[in-house]
Amino acid sequence: MSKVINTESKDGLIIIYTDGYLNKDLGEEIQKIAYEHIENGELNFLLDLKQSNIVNSIGASILIEIIEKLQDVNGNLYLCNLAPIIEKTFNIMGLTKYCKTFKSQSEAIEELS
Amino acid sequence: MKKNPTVELKLPVLKDMELVATQSSEVIAKHMSLSEEKSAEISMALIEACINAFEHSETKTEIFINFIISDDSLTIKVIDKGKGFDASSIPLPDIDDKLVSDKKRGWGLMLIKELMDNVDYESDHTGTTLTMVKNKNKDE
Repeated sequence: MSKVINTESKDGLIIIYTDGYLNKDLGEEIQKIAYEHIENGELNFLLDLKQSNIVNSIGASILIEIIEKLQDVNGNLYLCNLAPIIEKTFNIMGLTKYCKTFKSQSEAIEELS
Repeated sequence: MKKNPTVELKLPVLKDMELVATQSSEVIAKHMSLSEEKSAEISMALIEACINAFEHSETKTEIFINFIISDDSLTIKVIDKGKGFDASSIPLPDIDDKLVSDKKRGWGLMLIKELMDNVDYESDHTGTTLTMVKNKNKDE
């Protein structure tokens, strides 16, 4: 079963760690966590997909909803540790135009903090 | 004439059943010595094809998947007995439009076309057959 396995605050970022298939259920779980943090004024998110190597377009569409919400509050969603097929899928969709990607979490933190 | 080996699956319309199809495609891709990249592209396209068949066909029973293995390509047919659809009526999704639209979904067909080498639909009121092909490189 896919799920969010951890959420932590680090260097000004809310880092969300996932495990498994990024489908509708996991997308909605990420969305719920992100929206709770946005309510608290935390606006910069790093989604670490190291343990998610498969996605579907429904899960990806929920990330678009999160990006839309973050645009309204001048926040950002960043992605790291993407499997090649997930990166390719997000590139085809144009999602990476609004969502900067990093090879690793350390690279993301170094550049963003 | 040599008959191409075929793997046939019947999937019930249940949550995440598309992953059963991707497990089969991974085994078949390995058997055909396709690259990991091509295998992942096939899996991704198959996920989207199954989701489309599950959701948009409104079939309540099951879908059928045929993997047809040949020396130079893998052909996958995803068949449903649903209400059919007109592929030409589906607009090409655009991220800029989606960001301001209430409807964020509708990416499946575009992804399938981008990830596979050939894609074709036959559809009428008795159902839809999606045929998609991944070619094998000479050095694979």
